[in-house]
Amino acid sequence: MKLFEYMAKEIFRRHGLPVPDGYVVESADDIKDVKKPVVVKSQVLIGGRGKAGGIKFADGTDEARQHAEALLGSDVRGYKVKHILIEEKLDIRDELYISVMMDRSTRMPLLIASADGGVEIESVPEDRIFKRTIDPAIGYNPYIGRELTKSMGLSGDTAKQVSFIAGKMYEIFRTEDAELVEINPLVLTGEGKVMAADGKMTINDDSLFRHPEYKGRDEELTPIERKAREKGIAFVQLDGDIGVIANGAGLTMATLDSLSLYGGKAGVFLDLGGTDSPEMVKSAFELMTEAEPKVIFINIFGGITKSDTVATGLKEALASMEVNVPIVARIKGVNEERAIEILSSVGITAVSSLAEAAEIAVRRRNEAAGGD
Amino acid sequence: MAIIVDEETKLIVQGITGHQGQYHTGAMKEFGTNVVGGVTPGKGGMEVLGVPVFDTMREAVAQTGANTSIIYVPARFLKDAAFEAIDSGVKTVVIITEHVPVHDAMEILMFSQRKGVRVIGPNCPGIASPGKAKVGIMPNAIFKEGSTGVVSRSGTLTYEIVNSLTEAGIGQSTAVGIGGDPIIGTTFIDALRMFQDDPQTERIVMVGEIGGTAEEEAAEFIKEYVTKPVYSYIAGRTAPPGKRMGHAGAIIARGRGTAESKIKALEAVGVKVARVPVEIADLIKADI
Repeated sequence: MKLFEYMAKEIFRRHGLPVPDGYVVESADDIKDVKKPVVVKSQVLIGGRGKAGGIKFADGTDEARQHAEALLGSDVRGYKVKHILIEEKLDIRDELYISVMMDRSTRMPLLIASADGGVEIESVPEDRIFKRTIDPAIGYNPYIGRELTKSMGLSGDTAKQVSFIAGKMYEIFRTEDAELVEINPLVLTGEGKVMAADGKMTINDDSLFRHPEYKGRDEELTPIERKAREKGIAFVQLDGDIGVIANGAGLTMATLDSLSLYGGKAGVFLDLGGTDSPEMVKSAFELMTEAEPKVIFINIFGGITKSDTVATGLKEALASMEVNVPIVARIKGVNEERAIEILSSVGITAVSSLAEAAEIAVRRRNEAAGGD
Repeated sequence: MAIIVDEETKLIVQGITGHQGQYHTGAMKEFGTNVVGGVTPGKGGMEVLGVPVFDTMREAVAQTGANTSIIYVPARFLKDAAFEAIDSGVKTVVIITEHVPVHDAMEILMFSQRKGVRVIGPNCPGIASPGKAKVGIMPNAIFKEGSTGVVSRSGTLTYEIVNSLTEAGIGQSTAVGIGGDPIIGTTFIDALRMFQDDPQTERIVMVGEIGGTAEEEAAEFIKEYVTKPVYSYIAGRTAPPGKRMGHAGAIIARGRGTAESKIKALEAVGVKVARVPVEIADLIKADI
């Protein structure tokens, strides 16, 4: 789950990491007496806000309200603005970059820093980037801070502050179950203070059960995706028109690849994962019909999810609602004979080869689309 | 021979009294696995399918001489169960549980490395050496004993590919599902090394998917170390960037982890890459 800047900064503040004074509003009327220059920042889960016009400056209350009014409800790089962060404007002397992320290759946290902040880190040359794996057995220690600040060409009090902030970021990364903690830019002000001018965090989805504070706060999902998440189904909207229900992520992707080989394209991707509840299959099927695909393609290789469980769920779903799109099923694996029997009792013919089923699904899609 | 599990495997099932634990204990026994015990805290003294249940892993290992454990417990209790397994004296721990918090996975692997214990998973279908033993949840019927080693990041896609190999008359030495999470215990490189060193294995099938750089790293390793022929399929050729494709690890992030990059890296070191799963069997048949 990606956090908005204002949510990340709430966490930074709680851990004692310096952030500019500010508050979040959902309405321009909530902007209080502005005495010093402020930044009016759209809260969207995408980078490049500034260039897209999502960040404005204001010297007084009226101006701040006008900007907020214009930004709220507007579209910034495809994301609707629902929150605005009003923050003191910093006197920026220098912009730095620091992040902590989970590194898949070493299976340990990776600290990344650069003296070239304020731009996308991908655009910074490799030799200007400091990378340091942190062994979680010992965690962040002052010597890492010394290496880090030396590489960034910092010294004295600035180096001390940056080292402290990097340590705090590691602490946040570990204690908040984050996949990413990023500050870009980390600003050195005219008064010599170092502050997080921006904040980006991704919380590990599988850890949300021990973070009730995020319940209902995930705004990145489409309404159907949200409903799916509540039911524990992986649901991804794509841009084709064949609805794919499969069990297991790899198999689902292989299904999409097979469809594309015959000229088809998936519009929705729904992964049942490992389930033994027909009820779950039924809700998956209901979700699928909400997405209005032209064909529904079910591809099950029974293992921990047994084929007949899926067939039973499907039968129940069909008994409780009207489905007007063709259904193509491919069933294989644990209890496949029973599953094929159940499906044929509701008029669905299941085949056992993925390639053959994919070809049929694409043909049905083309028939349903009437040659468009 | 085969790798990791074989006739010598003596298995403890953690979470044996649960629904999945019970079902798969039965299936593993049918496959021929020597299941010597189960563990469910508070249920010591019971029996499940003739297998004695213990309260703790230590007790189970002391009483049975087990060398391997498989874990079916829910994600929120997984870290404790995995630590207990690693600390119990077994040499291999297979973690089936999905949705394990990534920081928990990291801590589990730190501990396993220190203890010299092999972890497979989390979020994996386990491992099977046909004719010898299965420690996992793959369907028994798809396997056939033979000389092809299979390593895969996926669960059901492993079944798909093993099944198509078997249907084509190509048997397997061992099939290991290493799991689809970003942080996993046994990697492609670990499995490739073991298959290269295993006399029973004559060729290797490696099933990857989008996300991360494990396949690119594997390609480097193949170039350095592997002389046996390697065949591959990479799932997610048609996956759009930025979307998490079901597996936590299956995401094209910041332009990295695309199928094209993986296929290119593998083909550059002589790996034959199939476009769809069933094609792997065709590629192998053309060579033998």
